[in-house]
Amino acid sequence: MDQEQNGRSFVVTRRSFIKGAGAGVAGAAVVGGSAAIDSNTEAEAQGGGQRIGPGPVRMTLNINGVNRTVEVEPRTTLINVLRGVGHRPLSPDQALTGSKVGCDRGSCGACTVMVDGKAVYGCMMLAADARGRKILTVEGLSQTGKLTAIQQQMVEKDGYQCGFCTPGFVMSLTALMRRKANPTLDEVKMAVSGNTCRCGTYPRIFEAALAAAKMNAAPARKGA
Amino acid sequence: MQQKTKKIKSVVVENGFEKEVEIEVPVGPPASWGDPKALRLLGKRNTRPDGPDKVTGRARYASDVILPGMCYGRFVMSPYPAAKIKSIDLGPAERINGVKAAVLLLQPGADVLYHGQPVAAIAAITPEIAEDAIRAVRVEYETRPHVVDLVKATNPNAPKVRSDVPSNVQYPGGSTKGDVDGALKSAAAMIHETYEAQTRLHCCLETHGHTVKWDGDKLTVWASTQFVTGVRDEFARDTGGPQNVTVITEHMGGGFGSKFGRGTEGIAVAQLAKKANAPVKFLLSRAEEQLANYRGPGVRAEIKLGASADGTLTVGDVKVWNNGGASNANSPLDQGFYIIEPQARRVQRWGVLTNTGGTAALRAPGHPQAAVIWDMALDALAAKLNMDPLEFRKKNHNDPVRVAEWDLGAKVIGWNRRQRTPGSAAGTRKRGVGMGSATWGGGGSKSADCTIEIKPDGKVRAYSAVQDLGVGVRLYVQSIPAEELGLQLADVEPIIGHSTFGPGKGSGGSTTTASVAPAIKMSAVQAREQLAIVAAKKLGAKPEEIEVVPRGRFQVKGSPARGLAWKELCALLPPSGIKAKGDWNEASDLQASGVRGCTFVEVEVDTETGKVTVIKALGVQDCGFVLNRLQAENQVTGGIIQGIGTAILEDRRMDNVTGRMLNPNFEDYKLCGSFESGGVNITLDPPYRTLGPEERGIATIIFDNPTGKVSGIGEPAIIGVQSAVANAIFNAIGVHVKEQPATPDRVLAALASLKGGRA
Ligand code: FES
Ligand code: FES
Repeated sequence: MDQEQNGRSFVVTRRSFIKGAGAGVAGAAVVGGSAAIDSNTEAEAQGGGQRIGPGPVRMTLNINGVNRTVEVEPRTTLINVLRGVGHRPLSPDQALTGSKVGCDRGSCGACTVMVDGKAVYGCMMLAADARGRKILTVEGLSQTGKLTAIQQQMVEKDGYQCGFCTPGFVMSLTALMRRKANPTLDEVKMAVSGNTCRCGTYPRIFEAALAAAKMNAAPARKGA
Repeated sequence: MQQKTKKIKSVVVENGFEKEVEIEVPVGPPASWGDPKALRLLGKRNTRPDGPDKVTGRARYASDVILPGMCYGRFVMSPYPAAKIKSIDLGPAERINGVKAAVLLLQPGADVLYHGQPVAAIAAITPEIAEDAIRAVRVEYETRPHVVDLVKATNPNAPKVRSDVPSNVQYPGGSTKGDVDGALKSAAAMIHETYEAQTRLHCCLETHGHTVKWDGDKLTVWASTQFVTGVRDEFARDTGGPQNVTVITEHMGGGFGSKFGRGTEGIAVAQLAKKANAPVKFLLSRAEEQLANYRGPGVRAEIKLGASADGTLTVGDVKVWNNGGASNANSPLDQGFYIIEPQARRVQRWGVLTNTGGTAALRAPGHPQAAVIWDMALDALAAKLNMDPLEFRKKNHNDPVRVAEWDLGAKVIGWNRRQRTPGSAAGTRKRGVGMGSATWGGGGSKSADCTIEIKPDGKVRAYSAVQDLGVGVRLYVQSIPAEELGLQLADVEPIIGHSTFGPGKGSGGSTTTASVAPAIKMSAVQAREQLAIVAAKKLGAKPEEIEVVPRGRFQVKGSPARGLAWKELCALLPPSGIKAKGDWNEASDLQASGVRGCTFVEVEVDTETGKVTVIKALGVQDCGFVLNRLQAENQVTGGIIQGIGTAILEDRRMDNVTGRMLNPNFEDYKLCGSFESGGVNITLDPPYRTLGPEERGIATIIFDNPTGKVSGIGEPAIIGVQSAVANAIFNAIGVHVKEQPATPDRVLAALASLKGGRA
């Protein structure tokens, strides 16, 4: 948990800086803490110092397996682009509003998406830094219409009330279960420690996560 | 004897034209939810129909609506807690590329009364540009002295918060019963303490706001609201009548009492959209939400409480001050006491104005504050009397349902494990057990409509303008007709959250379910009656001889072979089908007001760091007839978690020197997260067992109080939680954290006061 908090305060400072600077390089804030520093280093290694902006720039993002081109200011966050913000934004039918914005500064997790297999706060990563990476949103999980184990168990256990936090929790747990199919309660708590549920449904989300883990553990079932 | 009949509306086809007619049907037995054991769907653990939408991201909230050419709104907010606006220049903002509209919300000469008060609003093509623009607006302020502290504001020499009222101390009130001074003198045991319940913020995860679109003089509003038709009526002021406004709330991300009106953002967004000639989305930023929106008022109370040697609560003398902020200084609960009444009592109360934001209902307005203050006082006096706090309460209160809930809660939590003498646990990590109680209305009234529509193809739709704050409204809109018509859940499509579906209902006071569910029931009953007439005609029987059996089969009582399958029956309907709208007046017996509820908590206090950990918490809640057990339990669980946050984390902090709010965010205004929330969900079924000492988690019991009537429970679920945690901490360490919440610094200060040799 200490690690998690360190991770979070680190990214808040960093992101205030990058947003203020308006252009340039940014790192991903990783939800659930422990990988935060690794991932920042990685981002720098990949994107290293290339200058764009300050006006709107065209960029192509790989979202749920499809390349989409938008024109946005370099300071635009990944979550805003996904949700249809920009000078030439995603069209209303292409925009993905499943992931929400609850705080826009890395403290609620409503915006959680996966980038290259890791859960990140979509509000803490600039869209420009997601270029060339694989972005997965909650809409990308069940494209065939079949719910994943964690989605199914969230429904079974009534793991939500208003549901505004739900997509974020689903993504944090999906990232966890792709890393570890059968996590412990503590690992579940850690994985969603960057997600807030104001309606107070954590006990049910934990129950759902552990039940999904059991489904994953059972042979002949595919991952989260 | 002539059978009694009543008239209901129906549709018939005459000469090829559909016509609405009144038909006579026999008056059946009074409406009833039926024997819970005989029901197929109601009272069970069914999952909600919109669950898959929520887990896939398909559920659409006001903040998710995207319209071509849409702009984004932001507020210009006052950086000062008290000032006069000398001038405002929107020009520099309007000249920024991408800014489409700017409007004033206050005029030069107006007073600002709190940090964060909206002064102007901007709409731009992206939220980033809108933020540039608010920084560009030039506002000249003439600052004034301010006061943000409740106690300081009561000083006659304190700066006056508002020029239109003579004093910051408002709304004096109170009452006296019996010989208070005499009883104080003769009490065998006494406490005299001052307690403070903090000011809290609602923190709905979806902020307040709307997405709006003008078409000529017609306005469509996607609102994050807990009162669809109420918000429609407010926007109607801009459109020349409610007929020109449509409000849609398919889903909304939490309200907790703060989302009844359209708010300043609603006033702004309608103007911005008109001026920009474009749709505008104005969902507040988190900072705007925490600063400019409402809060649940903090309460301070000075309490003298006395009892006789046998534990009879003989006297209470209470002074209460309520922090009403700048715009609403309503006083707290009148009583000054909560649930348990002293024989003689005197209550004096005041609402106090401060240069802080206005207040609004926050989940059981006034109750958690009253409860935590009163419950701390009761436990302090019980300790003086050397009495078990539960026995002390039972000695002074004898409502049988409440006492049964207390006893059940005590058994399940393991009340026997509490410290007999508060603070007597060994070691540095001390365990304690505490309790708190709730009282609430939760009844309904004639308000919302429900229309049930059945088509010749057998499709059933149930419509209501009501919104769902997360309690699972769609499930009961679906399951009540399905139960009545013998259908499966999936056979009924519930459609809610649209202002055109008739009169709606504000979701406040835990009254929604008790108002809407009976309306749906009566509509379903009426639909069944209409169908019975159609079936009777076809089967050559009387309507009262028709019964409904599972799978929606209507058949003649006693000769089941004479019947119609659902599809066959519906095929006989006129092309537009039938519509049923029940009469609420026949439904009043389906709901009742007056629920109780209690919470028991076990905590561990680390006396070296001051950290409080909730080991387990149990909510026991009666709600009469249970519509959906899974969602009812979920409501209680959610109340417990919010209550734990209230008890140990949540605290709106003001800076006395600058008068600013120090924590308008989620980093410093802390909410329960995964590590604070006490662990997994523990489902308990009768006969209830005692939780093990090392068992961790949140347990909920829907207490069986077979009234046969529906009552709401969203609010009572939170009321006793802060009390229970505060008293569990007292039980663990032998001293109360009198100024709430019990953050580590305050726990350590309380422990230090103990070492310092408390009397
Ligand atoms: S919106 Fe990104 S963490 Fe809250
Ligand atoms: S369900 Fe409402 S915030 Fe989690």
